Amino acid sequence: MSSLSKAFTSSIGRKFVMGLTGLFLISFLIVHVSINALIFLNDGGETFNVAADFMGHNIVIRIMEVGLFAGIILHIVQAITLTAQNNAARPQKYAYNKASANSKWYSRSMGLLGTLILMFLILHLYHFWWPTKVAVYTHQEHNTFQNIVMIFQELWVVVIYVLGVISLGYHLLHGFQSSFQTMGWNHKKWTPVVKTIGVWFSIIVPIIFALMPISIYLGWIS
Amino acid sequence: MSTGNMNLTLQVWRQKNKNSTGKLVDYKLSDISPDMSFLEMFDVLNEQLINKGEEPVVFDHDCREGICGMCSMFINGQPHGPKDLVTTCQLHMRSFKDGDTIVVEPWRAKAFPVIKDLAVDRSAFDRVIAAGGFVSVNTGNAQDANNLPIPKAKADAAFEAAACIGCGACVATCKNASAMLFVSAKISQLALLPQGQPERYRRVQSMVAQMDEEGFGNCTNTGACEAECPKGISLENIARMNRDYFSAKFISEEEV
Repeated sequence: MSSLSKAFTSSIGRKFVMGLTGLFLISFLIVHVSINALIFLNDGGETFNVAADFMGHNIVIRIMEVGLFAGIILHIVQAITLTAQNNAARPQKYAYNKASANSKWYSRSMGLLGTLILMFLILHLYHFWWPTKVAVYTHQEHNTFQNIVMIFQELWVVVIYVLGVISLGYHLLHGFQSSFQTMGWNHKKWTPVVKTIGVWFSIIVPIIFALMPISIYLGWIS
Repeated sequence: MSTGNMNLTLQVWRQKNKNSTGKLVDYKLSDISPDMSFLEMFDVLNEQLINKGEEPVVFDHDCREGICGMCSMFINGQPHGPKDLVTTCQLHMRSFKDGDTIVVEPWRAKAFPVIKDLAVDRSAFDRVIAAGGFVSVNTGNAQDANNLPIPKAKADAAFEAAACIGCGACVATCKNASAMLFVSAKISQLALLPQGQPERYRRVQSMVAQMDEEGFGNCTNTGACEAECPKGISLENIARMNRDYFSAKFISEEEV
């Protein structure tokens, strides 16, 4: 194996891919939450639909979408590989391990939180991504806003979405600053700034996301 | 000074050898002084076992001053017990209460196989050091100490990394049994100094490769290692190791 390919299959190399794809997915969240927040204009989805149509049809965005899926898949594949290696590194577990004394529960539960997010993501894609794709390829009109309003009439859907974004919030709470550390960006002056931004990002973004199904279900937006 | 007023129940991992399966065994201890170190308490237990004609508990220890890194012991779910910045020999029984039950296990990691009872084989660490944790110097007279100017901040950071005693608490407590805190400290103590520069990028590649070879897990930045390290080795070292590793793999043309 060449030195360069070894760089990606070593422990640190895999972590590098994890961190980089994580940061990439964070950048996607910023775009996603910004565009979706347009529904809060409460103009019957007029502005939002313009943005949604642009995102669904623009060729550059559609190429980036392929990159986004590649990023998600790489993130998951590396996570599975790393977790398998980590489990193998301790075949015999402790009878008594007081992990709460030295680390946060969500930092130790990234795999569990990630799995919950993935399960949510599958439902989420089925709800919103799939109908948009069908409309694009069958050249039909698709009112994304109407679709959102329709789907969020069910209470169980709203509950699952809220639980999904809570999982996302805790995943980010560890993942945001962790990705910087993995990339080697630990700095006396900047790391506290990164950590603070990470905490606020992990709280604010999921709250905005959660408010979308809640506001629609409660009829604040129509 | 109080003497001999603690009664304790110990649950100690007993394992005959590397290949046998061990189990936790209960021992009652009475009249333990709160001023004893944890290892002295184990000495009392072992004397009792020897007097009864039973096999004493095997555990690693050497200097009993907190600087050699030999004592291990996973005590009540934490390496070196509940106190911060101490090794097991520097942990005293006053950190426990009369009537406590204390669970004592060996370090658990595939790379640290149990030799017997609480003693584990940590030679994986030695092999990681042998892979590159050194500087090659010419023989002859030592240079003048001030030949190479070193900024105070760098010297301090190198010294803090060099404080690592290689006890393995980082591996023991890490949910992934990752050795990255240890390896990064051993890389940093040289990478921060001018003497470490010629072999800097060769060193990081060799040591990380050996670390992976030994079967340690991967870092997930939980920070447990830093919290449990008896010498307070910082996570900054792991970030520095990662930076050096990326530079070595993606920028440097030196193959290892």
